[in-house]
Amino acid sequence: MTPLPRSGRRAILKGMGAGLLAGAGVLPVSVGAQAAPLRLGFQLHRTGIGASYGRWYERTTVAALKHINEAGGILGRPVEILFEDDATDPRRGSEVVDKLVTRDKCELVFGTLFSDVVMASAPRAGELKVPFLICSEGYQLPAGDLNRWTLQPGIADVRAQIRPMVPWIARNLGKKVAMIFPDYAFGHDHRDFFTETMTEHGGEVVAKIAIPPTETSFTRYFAQIPKQAEVIYHVMVGPAVLTFVKELGDFYGSGARPELFGFIDSLEAVDTTTPGLEFLEGSHFWEGHPRVKPADAGEFEDDYRAAVGVDDKGASLDNPADIATYGHMFSTWETLFFIKQAMEAANYAGPQDRQKLVETMEAITDLPYGIEHPQGAKIFNGRTHQVFTPQYISQIRDGLPVKVHQTAIEDSYYPDAVDYTTKSF
Amino acid sequence: MGLGPMLLLALMEGLVLAAVLALAASGLSLVFGVMRVVNVAHGAFFMLGAVAAYVVAAWLGGPRWAGFLAALAMAPLAVALLAMLADILILRRIAHAPEATIVATIGLMYMIEQGTLTLFGPDARAVAAPFDFRLQLPWFGYSGYKLFVVLAAVVLLLALWWLMARSKAGLVMRATQLDPDVARAFGINVDRVYSGVFAFGAALAAIAGVLIVPIQQAHYLMGASTLLLSFIVVIIGGLGSLPGTLLAALVIGLSDGIISMFWSPTLAKIIATLLVTLVLVFRPQGLFGASRA
Repeated sequence: MTPLPRSGRRAILKGMGAGLLAGAGVLPVSVGAQAAPLRLGFQLHRTGIGASYGRWYERTTVAALKHINEAGGILGRPVEILFEDDATDPRRGSEVVDKLVTRDKCELVFGTLFSDVVMASAPRAGELKVPFLICSEGYQLPAGDLNRWTLQPGIADVRAQIRPMVPWIARNLGKKVAMIFPDYAFGHDHRDFFTETMTEHGGEVVAKIAIPPTETSFTRYFAQIPKQAEVIYHVMVGPAVLTFVKELGDFYGSGARPELFGFIDSLEAVDTTTPGLEFLEGSHFWEGHPRVKPADAGEFEDDYRAAVGVDDKGASLDNPADIATYGHMFSTWETLFFIKQAMEAANYAGPQDRQKLVETMEAITDLPYGIEHPQGAKIFNGRTHQVFTPQYISQIRDGLPVKVHQTAIEDSYYPDAVDYTTKSF
Repeated sequence: MGLGPMLLLALMEGLVLAAVLALAASGLSLVFGVMRVVNVAHGAFFMLGAVAAYVVAAWLGGPRWAGFLAALAMAPLAVALLAMLADILILRRIAHAPEATIVATIGLMYMIEQGTLTLFGPDARAVAAPFDFRLQLPWFGYSGYKLFVVLAAVVLLLALWWLMARSKAGLVMRATQLDPDVARAFGINVDRVYSGVFAFGAALAAIAGVLIVPIQQAHYLMGASTLLLSFIVVIIGGLGSLPGTLLAALVIGLSDGIISMFWSPTLAKIIATLLVTLVLVFRPQGLFGASRA
């Protein structure tokens, strides 16, 4: 290939320079009266096994953003959110954090859900010294495995979710439990915390069945459920959950079977009236935020549902077959409002205030119920960087999950495992 | 559950896996046998079969068996068409060169997967089985549809055998496999045979996808594990040998069923991959493959 003639190269460089200047003039840069936009980064599972959640996380965040910008933004500045796909891949996760902060100049990053991606991405945020707010429910953060830059103000961790479930299960379903969970951090947390709490309440975990996260067939595992199990506790994630329930139904059929208690993670984005799920009728689920609007819903529930585009059954207003990941998506809405609250309290001006922002967040405790926190009132623990929330239990009646129980925030408490405020940035 | 019932359940589950694998892997084996190329997009065709089954069933509505039968007829045809286009537009242009085909089919796989994600979405979608029948044994229940899958696979594989051994199309394919140059000399349009075989291989994968979709669900990433297992089966059975593929599918399927039941599925996958390694080291042509000079 012949090299370009020198004059040709110069012409191109000149053209590029001119174009750059022209573009700079055309771009909506803050000049004069309008305040510079505040740019936030969102680490989104747009593709990969978390894609179902990612779709709704993005939708909910965009709705919250609209709400905030219509009310004047943060500190009078319009807010921009840059969504970047991490493909639900741990390796890609830390690259995404890097890109959002170093190339896209975002003030902070939020939104990561899957715990393995969180584990890979949080250290990078720590290295870059950037606030990293996860919407994950993983326990690694309050356990002290992450860094002082990482916080979870929008959703409770699994330990807090599980603890108040145990007394209810022991009282209403049974005390001999067979556990089925995915064989990675999230599932292990369920295994460990449920066992610990059930033992405290005089119950017994009679089987712990770990399933590879990419498993597509479950019948082989059901054979391991002991005869004496009174309850099957299941928390499955990923596209195979429908198969899980169908095969459970095939395996037990109409004969004697243990009671079921599941986490709605098994059925997020899945229509509970789908044929093949009849086996779930009458069984109970933990819900992060009741999918079907309860009779005693708070006064802001309707506004929130309208904003995120979800009907009273938890389906998209545009398509009743499109079920929301309603039990988790509120975390992104609430995290954005938490960011707003903290930035305003810290009078955040730019990246130089990032550390001050985290310190301000650590000082926040009460998060009352309101449009900013539609899942329920919350208490933020500045030492563990983890928020505590109410938990919900629902029963499938006529194919739909109906709320039957709500826990108090204090029911979830456990001793602090870490105090990030004593750690260095 | 006692040892006997567990073994029975393991064998039944293993048989279902073997059936689906046999269908999917035969497609891969055929493509390699006749065209001498590795199709990394094979899992994507399997997935497309499942996704197409959902689309056809959802669009048709009506009774479940009608939607399923329509899917069984239409999905493999649609996938075969896509595969034929891929061969004409891509693989023929690179003259089916082995390394280039691997790279090209990897690209094809990504395109198909991401295209499916864009059009079909990230959620797993269920397709109802054509009939509801539960076999209730004293120790456990079992889906009647799964047994149907095994039966359907046997019928389809018999049809495949008849096609390869007794029909003119099979004769042409076998001739092209033996020696493409001589086949050309005999007036066989080798390019057209290649397109046909590639399409047919994809159709077999798609049929496997349609059969499995009421058991699993249609999801845009579902092709990956099938691809891996198909490769394992084809390598162990012998590249280009259909009987070898069938035997290997049976071995892998049943062993996976038993090892998964009594130990763990991860161990089953480890052993399957170990078997491939052993075959590659000690008998690279596989169980039934002809050793190439």
